[in-house]
Amino acid sequence: MQIKNIVSAVSVLALMAGTASADGEMANDMTLVSWGGAYQQSQINAYADPYVAMNEGVSVTWDESSAEAVAKLRAMNEAGNITWDVVDVVASDALRLCDEGLALEIDADEDLAPAPDGTSAADDFGDLMVGDCFIPQIVYSTTFGYRTDMVPAGVEPPNDICDVFDIDTYPGLRSLEKRPINNVEWALLCDGVAKEDVYDVLETEEGQERALAKLGTIKDNVIWWSAGADTPQLLADGEVFIGSTYNGRLFAAIEEQDQPIGMMWDAQVFDLDGWIIPEGLSDERLARAKDFIYFATDTQRLADQAKYISYGPARLSSAPLVGQHATLGIDMAQHMPTDPANAQNTFLYNYEFWADYRDDIDAKFQAWLAQ
Amino acid sequence: MSDMTSSGQMLAADGTPLKTSLARALRRQKLRALALIAPLLLFVVITFIVPIATMLFRSVENQIVSSTMPQAVELLQQWDSATGVAPDEAVYQALYFDLFKAAEAKEHTKLGTRLNYEQTGTSSLFRTSGRKLDDVGELWQDPIEDIAPALKDGETWFAMMSGTGSNTVLEERRALWASLVEEPFAGDVGITISDEIAQMLPLTTAAYADWAIYEAIEDGKDISKRDPWEAVYAGLGLDLRSDATVRAVNAYTGPHAADLQLLTANLDQMPNTMFKDAFAEMDEDWLDPEVWEAIKIYSPNYTSGYFLNAVDMKKGVETAEMRPENQQIYITLFKRTLWMSLVITASCIILGYPVAWLLANLPMRTANVLMILVLLPFWTSLLVRTSAWKVLLQQQGVINEILVWLGFVDDANRLILMNNATGTVIAMTHILMPFMILPLYSVMKTIPPSYLRAAKSLGATNFTAFRRVYFPQSVPGIGAGSILVFILAIGYYITPEIVGGTDGVLISNRIAYHISSSLNWGLAAALGSILLALVMVLYWLYDRIVGIDNVKLGG
Repeated sequence: MQIKNIVSAVSVLALMAGTASADGEMANDMTLVSWGGAYQQSQINAYADPYVAMNEGVSVTWDESSAEAVAKLRAMNEAGNITWDVVDVVASDALRLCDEGLALEIDADEDLAPAPDGTSAADDFGDLMVGDCFIPQIVYSTTFGYRTDMVPAGVEPPNDICDVFDIDTYPGLRSLEKRPINNVEWALLCDGVAKEDVYDVLETEEGQERALAKLGTIKDNVIWWSAGADTPQLLADGEVFIGSTYNGRLFAAIEEQDQPIGMMWDAQVFDLDGWIIPEGLSDERLARAKDFIYFATDTQRLADQAKYISYGPARLSSAPLVGQHATLGIDMAQHMPTDPANAQNTFLYNYEFWADYRDDIDAKFQAWLAQ
Repeated sequence: MSDMTSSGQMLAADGTPLKTSLARALRRQKLRALALIAPLLLFVVITFIVPIATMLFRSVENQIVSSTMPQAVELLQQWDSATGVAPDEAVYQALYFDLFKAAEAKEHTKLGTRLNYEQTGTSSLFRTSGRKLDDVGELWQDPIEDIAPALKDGETWFAMMSGTGSNTVLEERRALWASLVEEPFAGDVGITISDEIAQMLPLTTAAYADWAIYEAIEDGKDISKRDPWEAVYAGLGLDLRSDATVRAVNAYTGPHAADLQLLTANLDQMPNTMFKDAFAEMDEDWLDPEVWEAIKIYSPNYTSGYFLNAVDMKKGVETAEMRPENQQIYITLFKRTLWMSLVITASCIILGYPVAWLLANLPMRTANVLMILVLLPFWTSLLVRTSAWKVLLQQQGVINEILVWLGFVDDANRLILMNNATGTVIAMTHILMPFMILPLYSVMKTIPPSYLRAAKSLGATNFTAFRRVYFPQSVPGIGAGSILVFILAIGYYITPEIVGGTDGVLISNRIAYHISSSLNWGLAAALGSILLALVMVLYWLYDRIVGIDNVKLGG
């Protein structure tokens, strides 16, 4: 019901955008799609507000549908009516959209700003430009937070990924994401698979069964989340002892809301998040979308975002510009997932593997979950 | 009575038979009535019936396999999956040309995703192969360009392929494109392909026509200046494998015949790769007969596959079979949905009946206040109410806190009231309660209190008077309320999603999952159709047992 309302509201807006710009070069209305919560707020602060201040008459509508971006873009494409202008998605979704021709291919050096020292955008983003359509924005990690006051007496706070699977030492509920990604990797790591072999094992049916079997050992103690804000909420309410979520959400809960939560960085999974422009926009809307992207992904803007949330900017040239939190005044560097103290044991998320195997493993995981 | 003809027929004032005249007047009246409801009818048809019908149509529609790999599917019909051996070279060759086109138009991943619903692993198979297809074409492109450098150039190709002819190949290929991309692909391609070339080099011509149509119409380019894609070279290489073609080329005198003859003179430099091997090198799964079996089973344009999936079965070559135990979920979910809807309906009756009775029997002033209490939650957003239940029901929530404080529950063993079926039943009973109370109330309003008094004055006890006199008269209200609550409950989505955890979710949550996450819209449509049919069957049953005339919403 609610989703339908949003969609129709968005299409009305898009319709208005179409008519408003009939004589102009760029559309004046723009629908940006993101994840909601603290993350979207950091984008509003760092990108959208300054952009609107610079471009009079431009108005931005936000839609919090990034989690369903692939489904919705597919539906929009079938209906022949694209209502989104710029969409924030994770790298693997960007690959899927690109493969299906739903996202626009990007020419890094033409569409993106060079670094202040003249380094081309392609070099500045480096390896993070995965696929032909993805414009990287941040490096984030999926990691665990735990209630410091619920650690059993006489026991060390959890500092090993396998503590999540250790119900005896650390009783209490866990919250894990309601999808296989990351969960099956952690399960295999704790089932004795070496880090470098995880994806080789996951390619096989036996490996997938093995991961689910390991997850099965804690299945009765898990609350499955689907929105990034769920785990911080569950932790704040004391509903769960430990839970996975994005590190920026935990940062907000710990530093901004003073919750008794500790970070457990072990086996944190690095991933990329960024923008795509949907295929099939009108010329005016495309021009506006590209103009926004050029602005929002330049060196200073990416560094600005890190003032509001603890995600690492995707440009090399932005890193030295990361300073202190905009309101709290704390040094952001030590809260970044890439900080050496936090990154002692990291797990590199293989987005190509997931672009290929997501459908397969998702189907199995969901059937396993429903049983 | 005005006029009477000799035949005895009654006539109207203007001389037409009265019957016709009456019928005409009636028809006019009906048309006027229809015109009055036309806006609503149109609205309902356009915004409700058409979308639902097209969505439900997806539960059987399956054109994607035959439109994405038309040539391979046609050849595959000859193949017998019972042999347990992968199909022969011709199928792989057709697969290459089909898949190459599909990959250029980025349609191949859709087919991979579609087949992955039936045979896990197919999605990655199509994705990875799609990226490696170019390499196969280059096996031919490189030597051809070495032997006849003129063939590097798009202009050479254009001159060589052009000529006089009926362009039948071009039109055939255009139709294939149209069904692949679901766009008409109308417009001028800018070439008339020579009939002579089309006859002599059929595979080359087909591949060139594919490229030309795509380049000219989809990308809007002038094809006479553009270099063709790799599949065209592969086509040429394959054509030249036939001795008859080589002889024909050697006798050919059309444009750039010399370049073609350069190739026939150097046939030893051309690769003798088999497509079967090339595909096997991309991914061993291409040799797996099970993959091909799935493709063959799902090659017809319409399929019962989605419906079979929706009842935990799998379509086989001839018969359908049950899925393995660890993949069966839908029948469980349907049963659970029916059972929980019944429980919710029953608890709505038990809790709602006394409230409705109070509403109907209290003095007006008090009844109004009570009515507002019933309606207030009804007016509150569904999400707000469900989220409020979350706060109440969670383990550190209000209810548990109070129970622990009162000492009814041990702190270490707090009640698990949500993220399970209990949570769904509690929250949905509350949310659907007004749908039970309101019809009950309006029916009870019409039961005269004097009946109860009369029963009592005839010697009935309070209970007997209620059981024999009052209750039977309120049954139509229970009927109406139950139908409303049950049918709403059976399709409920948002509340179970929020408080249901994993064993409190209903079939509609699976439908939503398939619509928005797994994107298996066919299966979602099949599940939705089954749900719709279930509701209709139950409604029919209800009509047979209770009688739909006994249902009253008021009066």
